[in-house]
Amino acid sequence: MSDSTQTGPMLAADGTPLKKSLNRALRMQKIRALALITPLLAFVLLTFIIPIGQMLFRSVENDIVANTLPKTVIALQDWDAASGEAPDEAVYAALAADLYVASNAKTHTRVGSRLNYETPGISSLFRKAGRKAKKWDVEKDGPYKEKFIDIAKGWSDPNVWRTIQTYSPKYTNGYFLNAADMQKGPDGAEIRPENERIYFTLFKRTLIMSLAITAACIALAYPVAWLLANLPSSKANLLMILVLLPFWTSLLVRTSAWKVMLQQQGVINDVLVWIGLVADDTRLVMINNQAGTIIAMTHILLPFMILPMYSVMQTIQPTYLRAAKSMGATNWTAFWRVYFPLSVPGIGAGSILVFILAIGYYITPELVGGTKGVFISNRIAFHISTSLNWGLAAALGTILLAVVLILYWAYDKIVGIDNVKLG
Amino acid sequence: MADSASNDAFVEFDRVQKSYDGETLVVKDLNLSLPKGEFLTMLGPSGSGKTTCLMMLAGFETATHGDIRLGGTSINNIPPHKRGIGMVFQNYALFPHMTIAENLSFPLEVRKMGKTEREEKIKRALDMVEMGAFGGRRPAQLSGGQQQRIALARALVFEPELVLMDEPLGALDKQLREKMQFEITNLAHNLGITTVYVTHDQTEALTMSDRVAVFDDGRIQQLDPPDTLYEEPQNSFVAQFIGENNTLEGLVKEINNGVALVELDDGELIDCKPVHESVKPGARTRVSIRPERVEYNKDRIQEGAHTLKAEVKEFIYMGDIFRTRLSVAGNDEFIIKTRNAPDVDRLTPGQQIEIGWLPEDCRALDA
Repeated sequence: MSDSTQTGPMLAADGTPLKKSLNRALRMQKIRALALITPLLAFVLLTFIIPIGQMLFRSVENDIVANTLPKTVIALQDWDAASGEAPDEAVYAALAADLYVASNAKTHTRVGSRLNYETPGISSLFRKAGRKAKKWDVEKDGPYKEKFIDIAKGWSDPNVWRTIQTYSPKYTNGYFLNAADMQKGPDGAEIRPENERIYFTLFKRTLIMSLAITAACIALAYPVAWLLANLPSSKANLLMILVLLPFWTSLLVRTSAWKVMLQQQGVINDVLVWIGLVADDTRLVMINNQAGTIIAMTHILLPFMILPMYSVMQTIQPTYLRAAKSMGATNWTAFWRVYFPLSVPGIGAGSILVFILAIGYYITPELVGGTKGVFISNRIAFHISTSLNWGLAAALGTILLAVVLILYWAYDKIVGIDNVKLG
Repeated sequence: MADSASNDAFVEFDRVQKSYDGETLVVKDLNLSLPKGEFLTMLGPSGSGKTTCLMMLAGFETATHGDIRLGGTSINNIPPHKRGIGMVFQNYALFPHMTIAENLSFPLEVRKMGKTEREEKIKRALDMVEMGAFGGRRPAQLSGGQQQRIALARALVFEPELVLMDEPLGALDKQLREKMQFEITNLAHNLGITTVYVTHDQTEALTMSDRVAVFDDGRIQQLDPPDTLYEEPQNSFVAQFIGENNTLEGLVKEINNGVALVELDDGELIDCKPVHESVKPGARTRVSIRPERVEYNKDRIQEGAHTLKAEVKEFIYMGDIFRTRLSVAGNDEFIIKTRNAPDVDRLTPGQQIEIGWLPEDCRALDA
């Protein structure tokens, strides 16, 4: 009782302030909890966050030009790209000195292919010049301007020099401009000519098709989830196994199965022709286009929609519907005013899951998408493994990540992320 | 009231049967009619068919056989939303995504009522359950008792003539339950609504109802006002289920002038009032005696009482009463209750005493 009359901070039995005493008591618990999650934290940091950070960094990193051609970069600083004339001898001499070093270190082809992303043809200029420069005596063999132009006419093209000058800083927004169908022209950034624009189309297609897949999944999954939640448990379990069955088969097998089903000589077309709905010479084209991608991906992503919907619907008590009906609501009103709003969190969770999975999907569009049905991720994969333009791949990946985050934010603003439940 | 003719019956079950699986009957030959304004409780253990009856009346289950009539017309083929019956559910079933006012507005909206009329009715209904200030809250922000009131207001807001309640107080604590029992009965009587109330709590049934229908095994075992039900149970199930009861088993020897002579299993002969139709000479019977009708103080045993020897097994002081467990005629679970008065002896276990009761308090029922 005497404790309640004292002033100042509360004291523990031994006279230390109560707060301090409490902290000390909890410290051990906190340390133990931290120790338990350390392995996971380290794992995620090493294998996920650091690589992703590095990959994102590649989208702006551009030190290859400055590192390989240091003297040229300095010499080029004073050259005015707008003059429309090739730079003077000093720049060529600097390039000769740089190339001598680079070609002996065999790094000149790398800078060539890097600049080739921006202006096609540069790669071969560097290869040809590098072969010669290896044997030059840098101090005595000048003047170099004529020599370079002799090796390849391209070295007199101011456009080539402008490219080198543009990409000489250590950081560039060039990859991002590329990813947005833009390029660095003489007057700064400009939109590429219409026939060269591919990424905007791809981003748009990826978004629209992901939305279509999400919508198809909602339409197909809702009744199934409702059945799952309302059937007696023995039947519901059987149905649940059917829903999960696709997970037990390889993704490739499932996608290939769709090829068998959908191709022009495939099962569905054969049946339609046999019934007489479709003439033999007008068989439907359902694969290697957008329809194929949407059908196959809807099938593959359907369980990710059904499961969150089901777990939310399971929590909706059947008495809600009965109560609505007892108050005079028809079946439809009871569903629309009571059941549906309560199931929205499940739709939200499923949609986010399916949409985010779809927007980054790669293997299925690759196999059944043809040229019209491929996604942005297929292009990213192409730049990673075939064209080796990792900077552009990283820029495209960064944009994709940003788009997903913006959509997620918009979803939070419109629907509210609290409205998402997994059960 | 029990024999009210079917022409003034408001709700009527006529030979109703219900089976879920086509093999067993959950409700067997149910006949029941209640006049307008009555508060009827269906009481019974779980699985006795009482909730099924309520659901058939509400329209969520269809009767396998027979007719259910509301205001004289058969409602067998009328879907639940057209029956106009208010209902309070066990878990309240308040829509969690709507505010209290929206919950109450729902039945009015589906009746296409205008906005001003709706608001007026909602206000009146909320005031009726003393929850006027809570219209903007969500159900999850209310306590159990408050949710209960809202559920009640929602069932009444569209002014139905019949309200069904399915164990509405089951989730409340004892004190709140007693308060709500009182409020619900008051409300029902003041508004003149016909109420069918389902519960498995016999105290609730006795305190609230005009009449109680005791269900067991898919049948109504007895349908009577609470006092009749308690004092004059018609069979041993009702005697056991309502209140506390002592049972002695024996054989009916003879019946003379409305008094049955029963030979208990230990050879003791007692006089009883024959109640059940199966009580005939030579038949086995169960004799029912209420604990409070048994006396052991010599000067309190009335004239004409039948006396028996008994041994005290346990004596429990409960404040207002003494509860004593005795061994009587081979039954070790014989309970007597005695009011705590200055002249009443307090017993000790092992004590041999003499107890007595009047023959009319001793009812011979079915075996």
